[in-house]
Order: sequence, then C-alpha cells, then structure tokens
Amino acid sequence: MAANDTVLNFEARKPLEGGVEFSLSDFLAEEHARDLLRFSTAGSVDDGKSTLIGRLLYDTQSVYDDQVRSIEGKGTTGAGIFDLALLTDGLRAEREQGITIDVAYRYFSTPNRKFIIADTPGHEQYTRNMATGASTASLAIVLVDARKGVLTQSRRHTCITALLGVRHILVAINKMDLVEYEERVFDSICADFTAFFDQLGDLRPPHLNFVPISALTGDNVVRSTATMPWYAGPSLLELLQSVPAADAGASDSFRFAVQRVLRPDHNFRGFAGQIAAGTIRPGDSIMVLPSRRTSSVRNIVTFDGDLPVAQASQSVTLTLTDELDISRGDLIVSPESPVATTRHLTASLVWMDEKPLDLTRRYLLKHTSRIVQAQVIAIQYSLNVETLERVPAATLNFNDIGMVEIESIQPLTADSYSTNRITGSFVLIDAVTNLTAAAGMVRKMNAEASTTMTNIVTAAHRVERWGHYGAHIHLTGPVDFADAAERALFLRGAFVVRPERPSQETIKGLTAAGALVVTHIISDCQTVTFGNEHAAMTNVDDLLHFLETYSILIRGSKA
Amino acid sequence: MALVAPTLTYLQLLEAESIHILREVASEFERPVMLYSVGKDSSVMLRLAQKAFYPAPIPFPLLHVDTGFKFREMIEFRDRMAAEVGAELLVWRNESAIAAGTNPIALDTKRCCGLLKTQALLDGLNHYGFNAAFGGARRDEEKSRAKERIYSFRDKAGQWDPKQQRPELWNLYNSRIHPGESIRVFPLSNWTEMDVWQYILQEDIPIVDLYFARERSMFVRGGSLLPIEQSFVARPTERPQVVRSRLRSLGCSPCTGAIRSDADTLPKIIAELLSFRSSERANRAIDHDQDGSMELKKREGYF
Ligand SMILES: Nc1nc2c(ncn2[C@@H]2O[C@H](COP(=O)(O)OP(=O)(O)O)[C@@H](O)[C@H]2O)c(=O)[nH]1
Repeated sequence: MAANDTVLNFEARKPLEGGVEFSLSDFLAEEHARDLLRFSTAGSVDDGKSTLIGRLLYDTQSVYDDQVRSIEGKGTTGAGIFDLALLTDGLRAEREQGITIDVAYRYFSTPNRKFIIADTPGHEQYTRNMATGASTASLAIVLVDARKGVLTQSRRHTCITALLGVRHILVAINKMDLVEYEERVFDSICADFTAFFDQLGDLRPPHLNFVPISALTGDNVVRSTATMPWYAGPSLLELLQSVPAADAGASDSFRFAVQRVLRPDHNFRGFAGQIAAGTIRPGDSIMVLPSRRTSSVRNIVTFDGDLPVAQASQSVTLTLTDELDISRGDLIVSPESPVATTRHLTASLVWMDEKPLDLTRRYLLKHTSRIVQAQVIAIQYSLNVETLERVPAATLNFNDIGMVEIESIQPLTADSYSTNRITGSFVLIDAVTNLTAAAGMVRKMNAEASTTMTNIVTAAHRVERWGHYGAHIHLTGPVDFADAAERALFLRGAFVVRPERPSQETIKGLTAAGALVVTHIISDCQTVTFGNEHAAMTNVDDLLHFLETYSILIRGSKA
Repeated sequence: MALVAPTLTYLQLLEAESIHILREVASEFERPVMLYSVGKDSSVMLRLAQKAFYPAPIPFPLLHVDTGFKFREMIEFRDRMAAEVGAELLVWRNESAIAAGTNPIALDTKRCCGLLKTQALLDGLNHYGFNAAFGGARRDEEKSRAKERIYSFRDKAGQWDPKQQRPELWNLYNSRIHPGESIRVFPLSNWTEMDVWQYILQEDIPIVDLYFARERSMFVRGGSLLPIEQSFVARPTERPQVVRSRLRSLGCSPCTGAIRSDADTLPKIIAELLSFRSSERANRAIDHDQDGSMELKKREGYF
C-alpha cells in the first residue's frame, strides 16, 4: 500500500452543503428512530485501538475540523498526516508516556444508531478499567494485531469482557496491510481465537464475529474495500449497526430499587428510582423487599404527567395504594417472581485496589441504592484469565479475578448477574480509604445458614438490632467528654457499657455479647484508642465519625 | 398484556440516566449544590433536576460563579429561571480580584480564569461547605473530559488527579469521601452537543437569547466577532459594527467570540450545527492558549 494512501485529507470529507434544504421534522424523525449501542474496545498496547476509534469518528464525521487540525503533524506520523490515535488520546500523562491509561468515552452516530464507546486501556496495569468499560457494554471489540496473533492480552480482555456479561464479541484483526492482506493469516487467527473462546465454558458469550481490517488505511472499517476480495462479510461498522441494541429487559420481571422517597407534602408519598427490569402499569401488584409487604401501584408519576406504562431504564416515581414503610435501598419487585433475600452469596470479584483483599475485614457493599457491611469469608479460587485455570488463592491482588463467598450483616436482595446486570452487581468500598476496592457479580444467592432459621440470637442479629459491633474503645479527656460520648451512643440506640472496674475479663465478655465497652481516664487531651488505632478527638461527632470509619458503628443505621 | 411499552429513544435513555445520577447524589450527600452557569447545558441540567424530584422541589440550591464579566442578559435570565423553578440561588464572586481590576487583557486568560472562576468556585464551595457539586460538562466537549468520571473526586484542595479517579461500573457510584474532600458530578457526561440541542427543542427549555442570531454590535477582528460588553476588549482603532450573529457557548464576554449566523430559531441552530465543522469550544479563548490547557485547569480545581 502506497504511503500517500494513508494520508488523510479532510478536504476530501463529504461536507454538508450549507444550502441543502433542511427538514427538521425528517431529521427529528430519524433521530427518534435511532437506538443506542454501547460498546467497549480492548486490545494490547499498539494494536491500533486509538487509531481504529479515531477512524470510526473521522469517517462518520463525528469530529470537528478544529479537532482534526489540532493533531495535524503531531504524534507518530509525519507532517500533513493525521495520527488518528491522537483524536482519542486525551490526558497529558498519557501523551507523555505515549500510552492510553484510562477509560475514555467517545460518541458517534450513524443514521440509525447512536454509539457510546468505552475506550479501555491495553496496559495490563490498568485492567480494572477494562472491566469498567465492559460493565455497561453490549458489545466488545477485541483488537488483534495480524502480525502478532492472539496474545495473552487478547485472552485476558476476552475473559474479562465475558465475565462482565458482554454478549457480543467482535474480533477485529487489524494491520492486515502489514501482512499483505493475506487470507491465511486471518484464518489462522480466527482458529486460534475460537479455540480459546470455546474454553470459556459457562462464560462464553453467545455471539462471536471476526472482521479483517486496517485501521490506518480504513479497509473494512466503515466500508468494505477491494483489498481483501476473499472476505465477503460486512465491514466493522456494518456489524456494529446490525447487532441488536441492548435489550433493556422490558419483558423481564419487574425490578425497581428505591433511590429516594419523595414527600413534598402530607398527601404525596412517592418512591423515586430507575426501573432495572420489566414493565409496570398502574394497578399492578408489587412486593417490597426485604420486608415482603405487598401493595399495588396507584400512579406512575413524572414531571411530564402520569404514565400509563413504564419500562426498564426509565426513571420514574411510583405511588402505591397502601401506606407501606419503604425507604431508600428497598427493592420493589413483581410478587410473582420475588428476588432472593439472603446474607450469603457467591460472587465473582474483580479486585481493583492496590491494597489486597483482607478476609478479616469488613467492607461496605453497595448494591443498587443500598449499602451494607460485608465480609469476604472465603475465596473459592482465583481465575487465571490467560489460561482460564482456577487456582487456589489466599487473597486477591490488584487486577485479580476470583470467585468468593460473601457474608453481609444486613440482608441483600439480589438477582444473579446473568439474570440482571443492575440487580446482580455490586461494588466493595474500603471504609477507611473510601476507595472502590472491587467490582462484584452475584453468581448465586445462598440459603441462610440453618442457625438463623432457628430462634438462636446470632451476633449478626445483635449487630442489626444495635447498629454496631461489639468493641472496646478507650477514651482520654475530661469526664464530660466521656459522659457526652456515652450519651451520644446511647441515644443512637447502642448497647453501650461503661464498667466501673473494667477487668480484661469483663471487657472480653461484654464485647463478645455485642456491647460497645467504653473505658476512660481523665486527661487534658481528648483521644480515642481502638485496637492499634489511636486518634485525637475535638468533639463527640469526631468520635462517632471515627467509629463509623472503622466500621464499629454502622453508618446511618440509627437516627 | 394490552399495553405494550414503546421503545425508548436515545434521548429518553440519556434523560433517565441523568435523573438517576441526580437522585443518587441528592440522597447520598449532605450538602449538594448545582453549579448553574446559565448556559444551555445548565438549562438542560436544571430541567432534569426538576424532573428528578417532581413533585417535590429541587432539594439543593443553585450556585452561580459570577466573574463580573457575564453578559447582562445572562444575569437577568439566571434570576428569572431561579424564580421560575423555585430554587434557591446563590451567587459567588471573587470580590477582591474583581475590585483589583482583574481582566483577561491585564492578565492573561489563564490567570484571569484562575482568579475569577477557579478560585471563586473553590471559595464559594468552601464558604457554604458544599461537598458535592453538579456541573453541566459533557465528555464530548474536549479531549481531557472524555476520561472524566461521572463522580469526579477532588482532594481537600479541590484538585483533580487523573490517576486517582475511582472506577465506575454499571450505575453504581461511590459517594464516600472524607471530611474536606468533595466530588464534582457530571449528570450530562454522556450527552453530545447535538443531544443537548435536540432535548432543548423537544422539551421546550428556555435558553438565553444570546444563542439566537440577532443584529448585534460587535468588534470585528479578522474572522472573529468580539462582543462589545467590555470596552477594554477593543483595540484603539476598532469601532463596533452591527453583525447578524449569535453565541455558540456562553462564557465571559471578553473571552467569548460570536459567530456570524442566521440561526434565529432552534431548528435553524440544529441545522447550522449539522453543517458546522468546528467544535463549540473553538470560539473560547481559554481552551487553546496552551496544549492540554483544559486538563491543567481541571487539575487546579476548574470544572
Ligand atoms: N500499518 C498499520 N499501522 C497501524 C494500523 N493501526 C494502527 N497502526 C499503527 O500502530 C501504532 C499504534 O496504534 P495506536 O492506535 O496508537 O494503538 P493503541 O495503543 O492500541 O491505541 C501507531 O503507529 C499506528 O499508526 C494498521 O491498520 N496498519
């Protein structure tokens, strides 16, 4: 291929004629017929991902000329040649290192479809971003360099994408111009990839396509070209246009997480949220979880008037025919197919924090609009995403993927991830650093352990009742401080005890029974000690905040 | 099943996503605020806030960072809109910098923005103790924005570190912050400029008249049209001329160029946009005075 064929000349772009008669109604009709496809891209560094996206944006006229001009002559190409990768490579740090390090979102449209691209980095260190990009995608483009074939990175990407429930995999075999557009190269890569794909077993996405392209020259990206007569299939963009748009799940069972209770006056009590699955109409019966109370929908309220019907993805406000005690975090579902409620679940985790998983610690688990405390109690295995081997593991490190058992303090109402991506997903948050530590996908909701079915009061029951764990905290400061601290905890409903003669034995016995044991010595400076943690306190609020930070008090559990 | 729900349009999906975000933030943060910049994106964001909490009022105030260089029509429009939607409006100005005569000619645009926008914004947020602030920025606006999270984490100094951003999966947002830290939230992240215009048309959302083509007095300098609001913009020999023109994005009058245009209705603006070949920020001085300048501003605390 001659070098100047790769030169992009933006004068050659088809301009929209200024004088063309513009029919707004036609335009809007076309806009309204458009659906939406979210896809992610994955590939190893230098496979040509940025170039491909730049090409898609450029050829669908989704970049403005000043953006094109601003990259002219920069990057790895020569003067007068546009390095299309620069259209998408944003951050300064990346430009300096010449690699893509963070998920970038891009937008383009064709007459019948709008696309949101999550462009995810190829660098291994940033695998967590790949999971991020895939989490909302319906399709993933896995880029393979025709000269290199299927690399460990390609396998890694495919596996993560599959794990995150992406149903369409489109393998773009790029840089065909560098292998003389040879069919043989394409065929052998397809065979290699298919062999790996089949090993995915349960995770195997239902749809797989291959297309040979050159992102640099544009072959088979937007239009099919004559360079590969042996390939009769559609171009990459044609494939993107033809896969069915995400099925929002309008025909599934109704799922609606309450985000907020709207109470503008005494007469109105509405439950605001976004429908996660299903369709709802006034009069439909519903069940509230975890309370299992039932009622029926009175109205579907919106700013634009009450609706006769609403479906998955819509943000609405429901009013019910009965006065039920419902709050943020509750799940409203159809009574015919209630969601499992349990404190024990099996889940896949993608570990995203540089601090490894700690099995002795509690994390905050955010599921829909509900936050609970949870602990990973066992790791079944860690998954080698290159070989798909399941290996025993003592912990999960940054970028590891594993299957784990989780126990939560308060019950969770969740679907399995394969049923619903919204009600089946969660994140774990480190309560001390506040960082997002892991992304989780529910694989199985397990039955409650038999003890909770009997009348035995368990530690978890106590935590739920009192809003805190059993713990011993030692205070220094004036007597007033200790008194105020005790009172504040008591008012919060805590089981707080200040033993007069605190022996180790007493403290141990009380904390084992779930009490919050406070000991105190008089001093000029106000401090708190809990285990190895020690901190100065300006007031009682500080103390409460400290106890929440170390997950002793459960945040927001009592007024 | 008698009634089959119609397929949702792309705009309905964007709207639903934005409403979800607005509700999450209002429910998880003690002190949220909406940065209201009076532009078209803010107008859309304000309408989405009305929708998110209807029939309840918007549960947070609006904050306008006034540089003193905003167009008179913007200020009038701002006050009218706040009254109309019944939201509390707060205005914050860096009075000492304004009194000291800060302007983009005396200083450069970068330092002027630093004082009148970034500093004022940080001071305003601090003054009221806001720990979550909605902004109308979109990812399609500028390259460094393409990587912005919906919840953009800021440290105690209000600064943004591109490497410290939290992963965002599904529609699950991590709202945990330590005292003194804050987040900026961008509910319009996934909207494009075209989506915003179409939504304004579809929903009949009021916008400042400066967006529509009118006969306006401008300083004409080469291909640029400079609004005459601030006389210091003019060079010694420049005299205002009447030009049929409009603004494509609203900033401070000394740094916002107008474009020649006949688009005096929304449909004409959309038609014009389709024929356009430059991005909306191209007429703003601030973005291209330095390679990567937007990213630098953001690191310092700008939106
Ligand atoms: N010959 C050829 N070079 C390509 C092709 N696609 C990308 N490249 C080049 O490969 C290099 C890496 O591309 P880039 O898009 O930055 O890769 P990324 O790291 O995956 O984003 C650049 O020098 C591109 O110009 C292609 O189809 N053919």
